[in-house]
Amino acid sequence: MKKIILSLLFFPLAALGAEAGYPLDDSPSDVRDLVSLQSGARTYVNYCLGCHGAQYVRYKSLTEIGLTEAQIRDNLLFTGGKVGDMMKSPMPPQAKQWFGTVPPDLSVVARSRGTDWLYTYLRTFYRDPKTATGWNNAVFPNVAMPHALWMLQGERTYDAEKKTFTEKTKGALSRTEYDATVRDLVNFLDWMAEPAGNERRNIGVVVILLLVVVMFPLTYWLKKEYWKDVK
Amino acid sequence: MGTMVSRLWGWIDARMPTLAEQFKIHASEYYAPKNFNFWYFFGSLALMVLVVQIVSGIFLTMNYKPDAALAFGSVEYIMRDVPAGWFIRYVHSTGASAFFIVVYLHMFRGLLYGSYKEPRELVWIFGVLIYLTLMGEAFFGYLLPWGQMSYWGAQVIVNLFGTVPFIGPDLALWIRGDYVVSDATLNRLLALHDVGSNNPDGVEIKKHKGPDGRPLDGIAFHPYYTVKDLVGVVVFLVIFCAVLFFVPEMGGYFLEANNFIPADPLKTPEHIAPVWYFTPYYSILRAVPPLFASQFPGVVAMGVAVMILFFLPWLDRSPVKSIRYRGAYYKTALAVFIAVFFVLGYLGVKPTTVWGQFGFDAFFLDTKDRATWVARLCTILYFAFFFLMPWYTARDAVKPVPERVTV
Repeated sequence: MKKIILSLLFFPLAALGAEAGYPLDDSPSDVRDLVSLQSGARTYVNYCLGCHGAQYVRYKSLTEIGLTEAQIRDNLLFTGGKVGDMMKSPMPPQAKQWFGTVPPDLSVVARSRGTDWLYTYLRTFYRDPKTATGWNNAVFPNVAMPHALWMLQGERTYDAEKKTFTEKTKGALSRTEYDATVRDLVNFLDWMAEPAGNERRNIGVVVILLLVVVMFPLTYWLKKEYWKDVK
Repeated sequence: MGTMVSRLWGWIDARMPTLAEQFKIHASEYYAPKNFNFWYFFGSLALMVLVVQIVSGIFLTMNYKPDAALAFGSVEYIMRDVPAGWFIRYVHSTGASAFFIVVYLHMFRGLLYGSYKEPRELVWIFGVLIYLTLMGEAFFGYLLPWGQMSYWGAQVIVNLFGTVPFIGPDLALWIRGDYVVSDATLNRLLALHDVGSNNPDGVEIKKHKGPDGRPLDGIAFHPYYTVKDLVGVVVFLVIFCAVLFFVPEMGGYFLEANNFIPADPLKTPEHIAPVWYFTPYYSILRAVPPLFASQFPGVVAMGVAVMILFFLPWLDRSPVKSIRYRGAYYKTALAVFIAVFFVLGYLGVKPTTVWGQFGFDAFFLDTKDRATWVARLCTILYFAFFFLMPWYTARDAVKPVPERVTV
């Protein structure tokens, strides 16, 4: 909402029209929630990193979401490397033959796709015998990626006309638990896309306060003083 | 302490008397009209943003790698591993858009108060040259992050030159190979665009001087306008920092979402749009129908849309400068022009299908997209503002201009 108001202030160009297709859910992510970020990091390393690297992110930077270097080394670093390493994927070059496309790097995916898209996308996979992987997606039709989290969510079918899903087999998690897992994962992707985000907003509050409370009255008073003798 | 400073200053002044002299000529004994209003903040702000861009740009080059394989990663390295790198990068990316906002408002001031009219034609022409250089700088700067929009936006612009008959392909190749507008170009032009002190009344203050040779309606630039512009700078910084610290992407207008995908020559994005400050011209480019399957007429129209600004001082035949004393014709024309500029800008960020299609089938329409037709109408109005200017400004019912400035 803040984004919309600010962009309206600048030019009347805002209000990006939503594209036709599956309606996106609002992502309940909050990059200040460290517990959620840590849970998201675990899901990312266990389920995503095998194919999708985050080559611009250092393992060590996870200390910023409240983990110690020892915790990172013991729980998240499966490559035997150092905590200063980049989070690269072990995917071999044959990936293109396997999937038809190279699994993209996800370092900044939250900035190109947006969190709402990711949150909805990861929750709208369904079984489709017509595709090569046997999986399809309501948000990203005919996506090359199979449902990596299917053990958690279970299998579902999709009615494209009504835009509804029907459960075929149960997953390891209940629907609410699965939504929470995806929320944490998307939250982590959002944090990873801009680790400086929290620092940026914190500093911003101080800077704006300084400008409004100190600098503006000071310069305004100075101007008034000097301009007294201009008639 | 006071004597120390004055002794040091005396020491410098004895060895470099030109310093104090220059300060007098350009600031403390430079007499500017005393009635500058809100619209006059944007000249000094443009200068400030330019300095901010140069300084932040220098810091960015320390870690940026100008290499197709490394550029995208080096920007992410700046955002993550360089101390305060994210701050410098956002200053620079927000600064680019802020520069255009400030410059557009500065140019609008010129249109409001006739700042381009005699004897300030050269100031205006140098100003337009700066604007052109700025467009070049912004375009090349936008290439650097090497995201999808950088790459494909550049591809579109470079190919524009390829549409020039006969020499086009060679020209495009030449541009791709070597075409650099540097900061130095901009700085030199700026020196030639020194303030010319038109004012909201469009009255020459030098006509009325006191016995001491000072213009009666003039006040020294320093300290009066330096302290006043300082207030403007603070207000500007509040808005600038609000964007920088809270919405650096500005909803995709300052930093486009697609530009966070590394450039891929094999994947054309569905919708290529330049950054917002180029979109009015991009709209004009798209609006003009192709001729003999060549987009060249559109390219010409886009070029003329910018170049026509050079001729403004001679297109305007009005005896008065300021909007305050102009008649209904110019006021209406300016209002329509500004509205058209915004609509073209809006349509330039959208695909041509944004407003749907006409329901009927007419043989003379080569496209049924409503947006394309609105853009065409707006393009005609854009050019009408300039081409009909000699006609409507000469016939406008102007009001008498006062002898001295009003406050």
